[in-house]
Amino acid sequence: MREISSKDITKAVKDLCVDANYNLGEDVQDALRKAYEKEESPVSKATLKQIIDNFEIAKQGEFPICQDTGFGVFFVEMGDQVIIKGNNLFDAINEGVRQGYTDGYLRKSILADPIERKNTGDNTPAVIHLDVVKGDKLKIIIAPKGGGSENMSEVKMMKPADGVEGVKEFVIDKVKRSGSNPCPPIVVGVGIGGTFEKCAEMAKRALLRTIGSKHSNPFYAKLEEELLEKVNKLGIGAQGFGGTQTALAVFVETYPCHIASFPAAVNINCHAARHKEVIL
Amino acid sequence: MAQKKITTPLTDEVVKDLKAGDDVLISGPIYTARDAAHKRMVELLDKGEKLPFDIKGHLIYYAGPSPTRPGNVIGSAGPTTSGRMNKYAPRILEAGSKGMIGKGEMSGGVQEALKKHTGVYMAAVGGAAALIAKSVVKNELVAWEELGAEAIKKLTVKDFPAIVVQDCHGGNLYQEGVKKYQRT
Ligand code: SF4
Repeated sequence: MREISSKDITKAVKDLCVDANYNLGEDVQDALRKAYEKEESPVSKATLKQIIDNFEIAKQGEFPICQDTGFGVFFVEMGDQVIIKGNNLFDAINEGVRQGYTDGYLRKSILADPIERKNTGDNTPAVIHLDVVKGDKLKIIIAPKGGGSENMSEVKMMKPADGVEGVKEFVIDKVKRSGSNPCPPIVVGVGIGGTFEKCAEMAKRALLRTIGSKHSNPFYAKLEEELLEKVNKLGIGAQGFGGTQTALAVFVETYPCHIASFPAAVNINCHAARHKEVIL
Repeated sequence: MAQKKITTPLTDEVVKDLKAGDDVLISGPIYTARDAAHKRMVELLDKGEKLPFDIKGHLIYYAGPSPTRPGNVIGSAGPTTSGRMNKYAPRILEAGSKGMIGKGEMSGGVQEALKKHTGVYMAAVGGAAALIAKSVVKNELVAWEELGAEAIKKLTVKDFPAIVVQDCHGGNLYQEGVKKYQRT
């Protein structure tokens, strides 16, 4: 067994919150630069220029990429040989969020109660997805999620007879209806299969993939390619101003499924497609 | 795509010259307000009372910035979704405002109100919040401090980048732009 102190987890999470909100991933930066080169609409091209200038300014560490620094969403993979000393894992992560969002001058956007709507003041609690894996390491991924793009997400319990064509229709229609709201160019996460909640989680997890990577299954790799092409034909463009570069990527994740079910989910990420990870 | 420099407060002549798709650099004071501040402003107007600032010719910016670091004027300050202010915007235009800055299409009578009161709706680039922050040279509290990030602030900006999306002539970039690049 290997011991990891909860203090080290808190420190790592604090740093992740800041890093994710100030430094956009290299893959997203490259994809945005490519979109700028390819964009045909002058308005969308000028917009992409602003988006690129913006992440360059954010890197200097004074201003976060976006003022909506998001909900702290975490994916944690804990090795079965790991023991955590001190606080429990979830408390350690939440303490890291509290410190990171305060010391990093990040906006606190979390309300204690959805009806009463009073701010918790420190951006906690986080949403934490935990998996147990083999080994003696602890992998923590943060994906801060803004409201504008999160609101443009949906789970649909389709019929098995709808098949892959039904999924395509659902995804394209969802992106079309979302228009300018999720701050395009977007990244589209698609979950297919599993249960209602598993499907939604997969759509979110899909957003963690590196832009440019392909699905390991050739069928789904092709589906991702086809969906991306179709999304870009919608003409939404950067910020919905009209253009050829609506999405940077479409990623699909799948899971085994009940004989009677066929769920599909779409989770959209904005051009501030933030995620960072650390392995302890 | 024309680039135009405008200075607030705006006159009808300046507004009439702005067309959907124009690239604009705004200088001068603009006022931040979002959901809660709009609710209060409209309540005041309903009672026939005065707003806490002279709105004539001015632009409302739908924004809720991130915290300001010591030594800086403001935190990251990109636009928020304008659609939530659809029901307030016509009243604010009627009160003398010349328009608003936000993100996403506005509907529910806004396009008509822009025409009637000669107003303009401009989009700032959502998520270009650090870049926009750099154009803010002064940040003063105007009213309702208790609303926190939602309080009304007077931001003095220099070359604040925006794009005209809905103009006073009925032009709407969100609809025209998408139609132009749609390939089905
Ligand atoms: S959708 Fe993304 S880029 Fe747009 S305002 Fe929200 S967090 Fe920022």
